[in-house]
Amino acid sequence: MSVLIWGGVLVLGGVGAVARFLVDRTVARRTAGSFPFGTLVVNLSGALVLGLLTGLALPHDVALLAGTALIGSYTTFSTWMFETQRLGEERQAGYAAANILVSVALGLAAAAAGMWLGMRL
Amino acid sequence: MAYDRRELTAVFVGGALGAFSRAAFETLAAPDPGHWPWPTFVVNIVGAFLLGYFTTRLLERLPLSSYRRPLLGTGLCGGLTTFSTMQVETMSMIEHGHYGLAAGYTTGSIVGGLIAVYVATMLVRRVRVRVRVRRR
Repeated sequence: MSVLIWGGVLVLGGVGAVARFLVDRTVARRTAGSFPFGTLVVNLSGALVLGLLTGLALPHDVALLAGTALIGSYTTFSTWMFETQRLGEERQAGYAAANILVSVALGLAAAAAGMWLGMRL
Repeated sequence: MAYDRRELTAVFVGGALGAFSRAAFETLAAPDPGHWPWPTFVVNIVGAFLLGYFTTRLLERLPLSSYRRPLLGTGLCGGLTTFSTMQVETMSMIEHGHYGLAAGYTTGSIVGGLIAVYVATMLVRRVRVRVRVRRR
């Protein structure tokens, strides 16, 4: 059973990363300028869904597969930090600061909204 | 939109390995809203460092390769690190009244992540591009 679960973690982790790649690219193509909207959309939608899954209080294995593996892999901290550092380097400090503040404020709001919704379902 | 199957495969393989490593690391410590979430914090900082290193090297130092960045950057580092877990952990701290911990965790992750990307970038750039000059 455990082998099956960890095999599922591998597969869903891969699926989450591919979903992030496709959503990021789709959003980036529809927006102009250097602000990283693609990563923002991925991270906010992921925070909402993970909040929802947390609010549902799922069994441990289901939470591991759907939450930690799939949604955890779908969202990214490293790209968020990398894009922010590069914005700062390119003298776009305003965009860099906005990328941090908007991600944190809306990310927490999305997680809270998801948790609230999950507990009521 | 055109899809490059090998590029998607590279993202998938990297993402699977990154997420697996993170999940294995997360199971080491049970989540507790009253304590600093070390597993998430560590994978996020390590992943930010690795992404800064790989991406700078691939963009500024190595010859153009189609599949290394999707495999190592988008896949491995993206799968290893997580934004959603960090936000849900912070929200749980706030719900339990641990405001100082929530503020410290958020600030610490962001400052640590930015420093990690910066240091990795500088490490790659410090190594001069070697140009071979042949003497006759």
